[in-house]
Amino acid sequence: MGVQTGNILLQMAFLLYVSSLAGYLFFLVRQKERIQKISFYLIAIGVCVHFAGMVYTGMAINGFPVQNLVQSLSMAALALGAMFLYVQYKFNLKMLGLFAALILSVTMLAALVLPDTQVPPNDAFKGIWFYCHILLIFAGDAALGLACGAGILYLLQEKGIKARNPGFFFKRLPSLDFLDDVSHACITTGFFLLTLGLITGFVSAKVLWGQFWSWDFKEVFSMGAWLVYAVLLHLRLYAGWRGRKSAIMTIVGFGIIVFTFLGVNLFLGGHHQEFTK
Amino acid sequence: MPNIILIGINHKTAPVALREKLSFSGEETLAALETLKQHPGIKEILIFSTCNRTEILYVASGSGTVDALITFLSGSKQIPPSEFVPALYILRKDEAVRHLFRVAASLDSMMVGEPQILGQIKQAYRTAVKAGTSKVLLNRMMHKSFSVAKKVRKETGIGDNAVSISYAAIELANKIFSNLSTKTVMLLGAGEMAELAVEHLISHNVGQIRVSNRTFENAVALAERFNGRALGFEERVDALTEVDIIISSTGASEYVITADQVKKAMKKRKYRTLFFIDIAVPRDIDPKINHLSNVYVYDIDDLKTVVAANIQQREQETVKAERFVSEAVIKFRQWLDSLAIVPTIKALNDKMTAIVDMECDKTLTHLSHLPETDKEAVRRMTRAIASRVMHDPIMFLKHTGGHRDDSLYLNVARQLFNLDMLENQ
Repeated sequence: MGVQTGNILLQMAFLLYVSSLAGYLFFLVRQKERIQKISFYLIAIGVCVHFAGMVYTGMAINGFPVQNLVQSLSMAALALGAMFLYVQYKFNLKMLGLFAALILSVTMLAALVLPDTQVPPNDAFKGIWFYCHILLIFAGDAALGLACGAGILYLLQEKGIKARNPGFFFKRLPSLDFLDDVSHACITTGFFLLTLGLITGFVSAKVLWGQFWSWDFKEVFSMGAWLVYAVLLHLRLYAGWRGRKSAIMTIVGFGIIVFTFLGVNLFLGGHHQEFTK
Repeated sequence: MPNIILIGINHKTAPVALREKLSFSGEETLAALETLKQHPGIKEILIFSTCNRTEILYVASGSGTVDALITFLSGSKQIPPSEFVPALYILRKDEAVRHLFRVAASLDSMMVGEPQILGQIKQAYRTAVKAGTSKVLLNRMMHKSFSVAKKVRKETGIGDNAVSISYAAIELANKIFSNLSTKTVMLLGAGEMAELAVEHLISHNVGQIRVSNRTFENAVALAERFNGRALGFEERVDALTEVDIIISSTGASEYVITADQVKKAMKKRKYRTLFFIDIAVPRDIDPKINHLSNVYVYDIDDLKTVVAANIQQREQETVKAERFVSEAVIKFRQWLDSLAIVPTIKALNDKMTAIVDMECDKTLTHLSHLPETDKEAVRRMTRAIASRVMHDPIMFLKHTGGHRDDSLYLNVARQLFNLDMLENQ
């Protein structure tokens, strides 16, 4: 019963995301302020419906709904959606909505199409440290995803200005400084959350398996991603790595995160595997 | 319909030499208005003068006013009529209104879409109000022109596109930096276009100004004008670490700033963005500098490319803007027509009759015991009261002639009785 309601809500969220994507595409071409607002509200409603859907799913399986690949994808999308609402509220970077709507639509499509394998309830995956770990990691990844989005927008705008041929995106995107600021703010937030997420993960691992670190592939790659962002933030501060270089790094960093999230489990295995079957 | 007339010259009909001769400064405008309002044939008048146009917009009550104004222009500006009359355009009624609206909406400007024109028109209107020469018709007309201009600015892309080189430079600066007020500009050398660019930057609230010139005196003079600081020409390289926008237009035959210098400066400024605008020919800024990261170099040709793209885009928006103007002309025309005596009296009567009938019906439905004949008598009585009440105001309005300004009283009447409900919505 709960699963069914949950699924219907998730499907509704997907439809809302897709219509928002259509709206943002229209906005990209025609630049009608109202369309942008409507599209934003569609995502906002989508996130609420999505959240309700996840609550139902969680109640149905009596646990945190990150037990398999479908639920994890859905959770990642929810985190990204919620983080986007916050970033949009704070910075009003209109074109970021296009990126968010695209990622949300694709992720939710995958979550709806892929088989939702039933996982026997595992009491090991409970406890305050575990929940904190999951929440922080997803929130951090979402913020870093948006940093990547802002980075892409930066590169699009920068390419035109550098080539001295301001084209399609010139009027549609804000200034380079602003895009860089948004990206930087997202990285800082994401890095902070990711750091806390890793720490709680170590503690959680200690509680579950008796050791902080076990050279699990996912642990290694997460550390790798964390290091990329640590280096990026450091270089920005001390060597002036801003603008284009920083934008490229955010995209690389997020690439590693996506691989950590999906690729490691699909190709390499490890004790995080259960979550993404 | 009141006789609205506009005479003037602009950049399309007259060369700059002639426009200069016929231009009015603020004080001259005020003085001219004071003189012209004595003329018995002129009821309202406004003079509008910028570097691209001199126009006189007025409401005439007699004939021969055009000749009188030509004589006035010739007398006050000391030029024979034969010199400027061929360049003069004389527009009447709807054509005059349309012209004003197009000018205010910046459709008649040399750089279509440039935003200063509206401010200049507002200034001209304020002067006319001060001189007491703008009354009902011009007030309404000017306010209408402001709202058309705003609508055009808001709903068409006509003002979005930088159509002059210095505007293109500002537009680029705004897409590179998020907040110009925290940025510093350095002007290298001097030149009309570079100075214009700096002026535009100042009007866009750029932070600080530095001026560097081979001749230090010139640098000091320019710095004073822009409220900035003068730098020695040798200091320009060191200044690269602290300025953000460099506008260069020296007469040097070699590069004034080299890639090496910028490379070193970038390291010192921790790769904060630098923007070079090179207006000089031959170029001042080594184009190789553009390859460095977070540095952008635009020379005069690059800026021209930006401008050309903008002009093309803007032309499509002009069609839409012209439609807004036409709509506004028609609306203004309708208002003017309503400002006649017969329609006003009719509107007054209609309104009173409607009120009386409505109130009568309301009351009579509760008095069902009254026979039909009595009801009819009550209706007649209420209508009679209404027409007696309206008798004197209507007689007053009908009493035309004399030196009275009919449009003023008609306008007051329409406003008192709120007869322009449709128009005001």
